[in-house]
Amino acid sequence: MTPLADGNRTVHGPATGRADTPGAEPVRLSLTTEDDLLAVRHAVRFAAVAAGFSIIDQTRVITAASELARNAYIHGGGGDLVVGSVHEGARTGLRLTISDRGPGIPDVEAALADGYSTGVGLGHGLGGARRLMDEFEVRSTPGEGTTVITTRWRR
Amino acid sequence: MSAHSGTPSGAHSCAVPILRLGDVLVTGLLNELDDKSAVAFAQELTERISADRARGVLIDISRLEIIDSFVARNLMELTGMARLLGARVIVAGMRPPVAITLVELGLELTGVETALHAEQGMAALGWVQAPQPREGAPHDAAG
Repeated sequence: MTPLADGNRTVHGPATGRADTPGAEPVRLSLTTEDDLLAVRHAVRFAAVAAGFSIIDQTRVITAASELARNAYIHGGGGDLVVGSVHEGARTGLRLTISDRGPGIPDVEAALADGYSTGVGLGHGLGGARRLMDEFEVRSTPGEGTTVITTRWRR
Repeated sequence: MSAHSGTPSGAHSCAVPILRLGDVLVTGLLNELDDKSAVAFAQELTERISADRARGVLIDISRLEIIDSFVARNLMELTGMARLLGARVIVAGMRPPVAITLVELGLELTGVETALHAEQGMAALGWVQAPQPREGAPHDAAG
């Protein structure tokens, strides 16, 4: 929660860069209680609006964040979520990075398959969240936890 | 934590008003719905169906901005519980982005009856809009 102190913002934001716009700085939220889930939705909505997403894409990204965040704290023993905008060439997108401290996913491919609902940690219901996003990467280490990095680009 | 107002046990409250119109219960979800509130809502609604002998339930979700798998499952379970109690549930007013997202998530609210808006839902539950009485209305000037 603390690595992004206010002092960093002025240092990071170039005078003419996009980092000046609200929501451009990544925000980190911990996922340990149910209230954190509402905080996640608020933060992701704020970032999606700031990134200029349409109302449908806002809804997609917030819903994906809600799914992944819930999995992290219910099945994954807690974790955290980072939301921030990304720029690649002319493209602008929103990236979510969700990490849990669960047991890890033994078979990531199976966890991403439809109907796979017995996964542990972030593996629980991954397929649905993936369909709402453009890019979706799962890194899992048995015994240490799982990280999902997912991006949706502005249309 | 109001222990009155028709909830038999009063042990929990979902903070969402549930109104009774004849044998129909009318309620709506707010834009923020956390997991606990969703569960409390389903429980309170089933208790009210039984206590009020309701035959129909209209749930307006036009303010609900997000339905994820938890809330979707909650709505499906609530519909199932109501059906077992003899009541028909209609979920009305889903926002288009929510509908699109739900289908992409792979959750199509199987078994849950829906309506475009609350008025259509009420009509499906047997409520027809009566023409406004011309005479005897307390206000509403003739002009």
